[in-house]
Amino acid sequence: MTETARPRTLAEKVWDDHLVVKGEDGAPDLIYIDLHLLHEVTSPQAFDGLRLAARPVRRPDLSIATEDHNTPTLLIDRPIADPISRIQIDTLRANAKEFGIRLHSLGDIEQGIVHVVGPQLGLTMPGITVVCGDSHTSTHGAFGAMALGIGTSEVEHVLATQTLPLKPFKTMAITVDGELKPGVTAKDIILAIIAKIGTGGGQGYVLEYRGSAIRALSMEGRMTVCNMSIEAGARAGMVAPDATTYAYLKGRSHAPEGADWDAALAYWETLGTDDDAVFDAEVFLDANELEPFVTWGTNPGQGVSLSGVVPNPADVADPNERASAERALAYMDLKAGTPMKAIPVDAVFMGSCTNSRIEDLRAFASIIKGQKKADGVRVMVVPGSARVRLEAEAEGIDKIVEEFGAEWRFAGCSMCLGMNPDQLAPGERCASTSNRNFEGRQGKGGRTHLVSPLVAAATAIRGTLSSPSDLMAVSV
Amino acid sequence: MDKIETVSGIGVPLERGNVDTDQIIPAEFLKRVTKTGFDDALFYAWRQDPEFVLNRAPFAVASPPQNRILVAGPDFGTGSSREHAVWALRDYGFQAVLSARFGDIFRGNSGKQGLVAAQVAESDIGAIWAAIDAAPGIEITVDLVEREVRIGAASYPFEIDDYTRWRLLEGLDDIALTLRDEAQITAFESQRERWRPVTLPAK
Repeated sequence: MTETARPRTLAEKVWDDHLVVKGEDGAPDLIYIDLHLLHEVTSPQAFDGLRLAARPVRRPDLSIATEDHNTPTLLIDRPIADPISRIQIDTLRANAKEFGIRLHSLGDIEQGIVHVVGPQLGLTMPGITVVCGDSHTSTHGAFGAMALGIGTSEVEHVLATQTLPLKPFKTMAITVDGELKPGVTAKDIILAIIAKIGTGGGQGYVLEYRGSAIRALSMEGRMTVCNMSIEAGARAGMVAPDATTYAYLKGRSHAPEGADWDAALAYWETLGTDDDAVFDAEVFLDANELEPFVTWGTNPGQGVSLSGVVPNPADVADPNERASAERALAYMDLKAGTPMKAIPVDAVFMGSCTNSRIEDLRAFASIIKGQKKADGVRVMVVPGSARVRLEAEAEGIDKIVEEFGAEWRFAGCSMCLGMNPDQLAPGERCASTSNRNFEGRQGKGGRTHLVSPLVAAATAIRGTLSSPSDLMAVSV
Repeated sequence: MDKIETVSGIGVPLERGNVDTDQIIPAEFLKRVTKTGFDDALFYAWRQDPEFVLNRAPFAVASPPQNRILVAGPDFGTGSSREHAVWALRDYGFQAVLSARFGDIFRGNSGKQGLVAAQVAESDIGAIWAAIDAAPGIEITVDLVEREVRIGAASYPFEIDDYTRWRLLEGLDDIALTLRDEAQITAFESQRERWRPVTLPAK
């Protein structure tokens, strides 16, 4: 372990403790990777590359794969209808077998969205490095891990060497102090942060989320925040581990046990940013001021308070941002000045690696319980993993969802991205608990408003973008 | 990877900012298991519009295919990590992308695949757009040795990190470079603490 008198941030400590070779003369550092998560979409070409170069997987025992992006969320016991999706899934199965990598296939109890599965198994832990060929790998930073989304060439690199050549990142502290009002959640915090710093604001940075409002979040709330770090352009987002982290981790199947746990804990407690450490940039947010947040445009930075109105592009000073806002309003078919709460939706999607864990489902269920969904609105509830689904069913959440008139689905990425059968039709408008409102993200021509599970639930009841406080005779 | 010193091609203006990788290649095309043949998928949704730049002469697909240089607004390649975005640009004939800012993962993916992601000042991007507008079909040269973009009589500096530039100039493969340090990797692994995660055996 590196000994140094210089005060360091959490990110710098994790970096230093994974340094295999220090880069000289502008060369990147070589960083060791503790955990490599794989899925069917970004891995086939990487395995092909290994075969072409006759290279083995260096550490199958630090790798794990799951099927999530392509998989249907209905009729999962039947062959996948789309032949191209089926080939991609079959390719992952063949590669996992050939290279000795553990795979959780559709129908397996541990199958699910890769970023739900890692934490659930206790594989994601403080002070480790995690990579995956998926930009939402930042989710795992909630544990105080350095978690990076990578491209397919880097997937191949990690498979072959268990390392990545990386230039050190800059560090940004995002301090959120205060207490959230009822009905305001982790999702609203991160949407507000992205609106504040912009989709490029985090480029080149690792974000560290700090402050009393972050400390007060559960692990699942912290995962929601870290998940969307990439939407601010950042390479990673982190939260220093604390008692909440340790309580979440302890007893999970792959968490350390006995003396290993004690050793780990002693180390984890040293990871927090030193008092005198200096960040390259700092951002502050007042949690007391936050309200439920919603996006109006086609990138995650184009958001406002739910009680606000669709902004007027003419008020935007930067010409590129103005043009982007004009394009977004045209695509979204919205007029400046329209109250956000006056916008009707065709669909509500409750799921994705941002918000599909048990607490998210509980929050959604707490609002819809005993209610009926709005007429004509399609409501889909998709647990993040097979285990989350079973846990929810044990609590009766499936019944609440079905009695509400919504669809209770099997685990997967589902309608977060248009890669599987769950898609919006052109022109359809959706309140979605996912992470990206890009043009066509949820299906060609589909229109996405990013929201929290609570806002998704209230919107499903009223049929227009709504917060739980808009529901009369429903206590929150 | 082939060594790259300069790349040239007709300049294609994409006068939009915040071009995320979902726009460069929609998810429906990520189901393929190959690394080539993505030219049909590039900007798929936008190409349905007959007015989109790649549907207009002289920027539309030519036969035989021409080399191209994309000149984009700021924050190009944000969002999803999909390297397919780089493959699709490359398959369409793009040799380089010029933008004032890039998504970090896209920039990294480009460097691995020999697509030059050249960071050019926003005002210079505007000047290059104007030059293309004045002479559609004009050729752009991106010179990695001199770190400059040339169009007509004008030239503009660009930024690219030293290491990526060196690797492109030398045509080096990252994995082979890393494996030179294999002894250090093995030494690092021998010190790895017992508490750190292992996926096998499954528990």
